[in-house]
Amino acid sequence: MNIKRLTPARWAASGLLLVVFIVLSLLPTLTQGYLVTLLTDILRYVVLTVGWMIFSGPTNYMSLATAAFYGVGFYIAAVFNGPLPFVAVIIIAGAVSFVMALVVGALTLRLRGVYFAIFTFALTLMVTSVVLEVERVVTGTRGRFVVTESTQTAYYAMLIVTIVTLVMAVLIRRSRYGLALQSIGQYEEAAAHSGINVVLTKVMVFAASAFVMGMAGAIIATRRTYIDPGIAFSLNTSFWPVLMALFGGMGNLVGPVIGAAVFTYLGELLLTRFPDLYMLIFGVVLILAIAFMPRGIVGLAEQVWGKIRGGRGAPA
Amino acid sequence: MLEIEGLSTGYGRVQVLWDLCLKVEEGEFVALVGANGAGKTTLLKTISGVIKPWSGSITFLGKRIDTLHANDIVDLGLSHIPEGRKLFTDMSIKENLEMGAYPKRTWKERRETMKWVFSLFPRLEERAGQLARTLSGGEQQMLAMGRGLMSKPRLVIIDEPSNGLAPRVVSEVFDILGSLHKEGITILLVEQNVRQTLATADRAYVLENGRIALQGSCTFLRESDHVRKAYLGL
Repeated sequence: MNIKRLTPARWAASGLLLVVFIVLSLLPTLTQGYLVTLLTDILRYVVLTVGWMIFSGPTNYMSLATAAFYGVGFYIAAVFNGPLPFVAVIIIAGAVSFVMALVVGALTLRLRGVYFAIFTFALTLMVTSVVLEVERVVTGTRGRFVVTESTQTAYYAMLIVTIVTLVMAVLIRRSRYGLALQSIGQYEEAAAHSGINVVLTKVMVFAASAFVMGMAGAIIATRRTYIDPGIAFSLNTSFWPVLMALFGGMGNLVGPVIGAAVFTYLGELLLTRFPDLYMLIFGVVLILAIAFMPRGIVGLAEQVWGKIRGGRGAPA
Repeated sequence: MLEIEGLSTGYGRVQVLWDLCLKVEEGEFVALVGANGAGKTTLLKTISGVIKPWSGSITFLGKRIDTLHANDIVDLGLSHIPEGRKLFTDMSIKENLEMGAYPKRTWKERRETMKWVFSLFPRLEERAGQLARTLSGGEQQMLAMGRGLMSKPRLVIIDEPSNGLAPRVVSEVFDILGSLHKEGITILLVEQNVRQTLATADRAYVLENGRIALQGSCTFLRESDHVRKAYLGL
């Protein structure tokens, strides 16, 4: 099924990818302002969605802790940006999220199915309360100011983190750990019989996905001047990546990237045009998408493509 | 090769195995028979590290394995082919086999090992690209066995391979076990199909209520009144 050969189609895809990245890296020199901000936002969701999918996609462990790891990045940026260089801040944010995920993962990845989802959801709430309390009792503040970075700096940082995330996702998918994760998702006990250290594999990949989430958080925080726990740990951050991955299709990596891009843009569009009805329209679009495109945009495209080519090889 | 002494274990507060002793020598074909609920599967799961023993010891190739994780035990050359196949149903046959070679020791040689497995199960090669769930029951059992062999085990413990298969396929499974044994692989087989098992294995243990009730050569057991009455219906 997953035979990797350098077919012409693969060369074309790699070429296209290269062009996309060249355009993306030159973009801020061509245009300023809104487009760059919008793209930063899209890239942020690409990072979060692909990061989420690295772990939750193959293993079927639905993590709702994205907001916790992402929000930690916010607070790291608030505390360290300025005193420390921006690059260091981003890496520290990733590292702290990584360590947090190691601890959380080691404690909770024995839970399965919905219990894991609920725990990760509660984790976000818990972290929020802890930060709130620490601010109230220790520092006597609510929220923090962040030393900002320019639109361009944030954009480039996010572009690099996006590339890191995608490369990481591809490497994991193609290594034996990719297969291992998939088999854990299918039959955990059989995976253990096959010689996989199930707990270690799950925890390490969970932590790797938290790493990029933390970095994304640190970058976005520098675009806000003020943050508080409600902003940093907004629960939406946990749900969007799940919906975007579903919307785009989870079969391969193109799906979540497209899902994140379309979703973010659609959100912006609806928010500016119909600020009052935004969520309502969005919800209806989402329900329709899930009802009629169970395999996401990418699945739909494959189906349509199969029909165009005369119905042969159309995946059911 | 495998030595179990004074093993007791269970689930929660329910004890399943009581002070059990069992031995498998290198190159032997040993069977473990018994009724439903006797503790056969529990014993195999304890050997392969999925369930932890309460007391007693399990030694494999001179090394205590009762404190090791399941994956480390596979790495030592002990492969457990679980009851009910437990395949990765939405992965291809080739991917299922590759997963069997997951330990570092065997991952690099997985292509050669797969050729060997395909020579044992030619039908799997024909269907290498298909998803595991599209296979028939017999083919799924072949795949489960093939996956278990991909880690190049010295001892295979196999749980109810004949479960749910047509009689003709059951004979095929037993034939394959026989040829594996000839290739020098030590086998510990758990079965409810007592007649065929006693005809194939060298030696057997009869497990009843979590205790070894009888043991001996298969010829001896086939003659014993207890086995004839309780398991062969004679």
